[in-house]
Amino acid sequence: MLLSGSEIVMECLLREGVDVMFGYPGGAILPTYDAMTKYPQIHHVLVRHEQGASHMADGYARATGKVGVCIATSGPGATNLVTGLATAMMDSVPVVAITGQVPRPAIGTDAFQETDVTGVTLPVTKHNYLVSDIHELAYTIKEAFHVARSGRQGPVLIDIPKDIQNEKIDFVYPEYDVVLPGYQPNLVADAEDVAAACRLINEAERPLILAGHGILMSGATTQLRELAERGQIPVTLTLLGKGGLPEDHPLSLGMMGMHGTATSNNAIQNADLLIALGMRFDDRVTGNLKTYAPNAKKIHVDIDPSELNKNVKVDVGIAGDLRTVIDQLLPGVEAGAHQAWMGQIREWQEDCDERDILKTYNGEGMLAAQVINDLWHHTGGEALTVTDVGQHQMIEAQYYPHRRPSTMLTSGGLGTMGFGFPAAIGAKFGKPEEEVWAIVGDGGFQMTMCELATAVQERINVNIAIINNGFLGMVRQWQEMFYEERYHATPMVSPDFCKLAEAFGIPAMRVTNREQVAESVEFARSVDGPVLIEYVVQKEDIVYPMVPTGADLDKMIRRPKPGEVQTV
Amino acid sequence: MSENKQTVVALVENKPGVLNRVASLFRRRNYNVDSLTVGRTHKAHVSRMTIVIDVERNDVRQIVENLKKLVNVIDVKYLSNEPHISRDLALVKVRTENADAYNHVTEVCERYPARIVDMGHEVTIVEVTASSAVVETVIDQLRPIGIVEMVRTGVVAMGRGTRIQDTQYEPVNVRGDQSNGSNGVLI
Repeated sequence: MLLSGSEIVMECLLREGVDVMFGYPGGAILPTYDAMTKYPQIHHVLVRHEQGASHMADGYARATGKVGVCIATSGPGATNLVTGLATAMMDSVPVVAITGQVPRPAIGTDAFQETDVTGVTLPVTKHNYLVSDIHELAYTIKEAFHVARSGRQGPVLIDIPKDIQNEKIDFVYPEYDVVLPGYQPNLVADAEDVAAACRLINEAERPLILAGHGILMSGATTQLRELAERGQIPVTLTLLGKGGLPEDHPLSLGMMGMHGTATSNNAIQNADLLIALGMRFDDRVTGNLKTYAPNAKKIHVDIDPSELNKNVKVDVGIAGDLRTVIDQLLPGVEAGAHQAWMGQIREWQEDCDERDILKTYNGEGMLAAQVINDLWHHTGGEALTVTDVGQHQMIEAQYYPHRRPSTMLTSGGLGTMGFGFPAAIGAKFGKPEEEVWAIVGDGGFQMTMCELATAVQERINVNIAIINNGFLGMVRQWQEMFYEERYHATPMVSPDFCKLAEAFGIPAMRVTNREQVAESVEFARSVDGPVLIEYVVQKEDIVYPMVPTGADLDKMIRRPKPGEVQTV
Repeated sequence: MSENKQTVVALVENKPGVLNRVASLFRRRNYNVDSLTVGRTHKAHVSRMTIVIDVERNDVRQIVENLKKLVNVIDVKYLSNEPHISRDLALVKVRTENADAYNHVTEVCERYPARIVDMGHEVTIVEVTASSAVVETVIDQLRPIGIVEMVRTGVVAMGRGTRIQDTQYEPVNVRGDQSNGSNGVLI
């Protein structure tokens, strides 16, 4: 069958199971947009800025585990995708980006809207392609999806010159398997390493599991739970690992790291064995590497061999898919008890409870922690939340415990402000049955709020919770703690968010006291389509605990107990 | 060669942009490349890179694993670990206006694996092909005469004996015609 390059693109997307793509048209991608009219099975979402398209594809992928697809034109269209690709790269999210390129004869001539897109995106993609021959097109798309969703997943970009989109060939779909020499996405642990790991686990008196994004990516939540319960090993989660073990599980210690629970960080520093599963010892979770977990032997399992011994030297390093590796480990793990260790952990937890702001605060105005914990309460803890980046993100991690995997989506590695709202739109497309809440700050929301129009055009049912404190809160917190309270460029004037929503035709509500939070959730649920709630919170709140950059992990700045005076 | 120079050999797909991907990896991971040479092999679709890196022995594994992550990289071997032959080539142009200088050059060429490849009234070009250490020595020997121009290829290396680094990989025929298109379907 004689098909144009554009039609081949659409045929290939259909075969990859794509049902929605997020994008923005332009000259160099127009042939493909024209071909879309023949393929109504694939819904195209018109965004308002290509960055939004890349975050939506990312949110879709994180929520579903499927590959998210975004599409843009050459030059500025493609460069606008870069932040979203870098976000997906850092968090290993499978995204395929398709960009139009100027026609082949024009490449290298500084043609209108020409950018070396494969060059620009090289360091922020797992791999990328510039298609130079229409005969390569179908196979390239097939390979791109394979690369995006295998091994350590990640974003892949395909740059397609306009003349290839227009060219026609007798199309044969490459049914044969993708052959990539040297690419070994699915490694299996060897028996010796498994035995060594089991020996360490069975001998440990104070073991601790550090579970990360890999648990979710490989679908190993059941295995993780079985491992923890059998060995009676407490579990601390990374930010992206949230939902890997239900946070109301008695063995769950909550999040680790800079704003993790004091219990988790104390446990890491006092453990005699760390079992790190699908996490990468990022500086935000280790603090000072020289003093990190000084008494612990370390087992590290990750699908990416280059992560082993990268930041933290380990005793047993296993490269492999977690679901397979934990299944390999389980038969060798003996039932454990660790009563003294769990007793110590309960003591730390009681100390945390005493300091909990929810129990000690009696000041004026709502706190973000109260709002987010109330949202948790009124949504039954079952919402799919997507956060932006900053204080509200850390508070979400602390005060909205999640029970299910992939119900808390956030930009962890890159820390991309502006991610939350568009990613929530993408997540809702992937999981229409979920109650999706974008929990964002007043700063980050304004970076991508143009997507309000997208939400309206698509009538997408996303609830937007703006935690408005009138500051770039996390930066303000650093200025307060480390820059002698010089609040430069952090006080922020914002529009009247409710009136703004009104201008887009979006119902909105402003909440200024805690009694209204329940009502706001009811209101959000009553609206079919996007809805915006602005929560006006205390302006100068601080996220505790905090491990200052480079400090030892257990040298946290704690929230004072009632009656105690803060010493920073 | 000093203790911290490690030799890694990578077989890569002979495709546009592959050198850029490797170079970009070394730059963004902050690895210090001493030399990187790339050339064809006996297979048209496979190129071979010899990379000499200035790192501690312990850090080589990270580099090898990161190289392996590049989709176009077929196979990577850390060669410093095993007996191997390595060769570097230099062309050194020296001033040989007087007989003393010329005699010095011929003496160096007799003593080392070096030879004169071009001779004029004023200058002579010496070619030396040897291990990097010997190339360094020859350059040091020629330096007093007055080097006016110099070029080096960087190191190429190969494992000794039956340590063979090769690949059975054959590229997919993307045109999907007779040779392997039988399992493609016309639509």
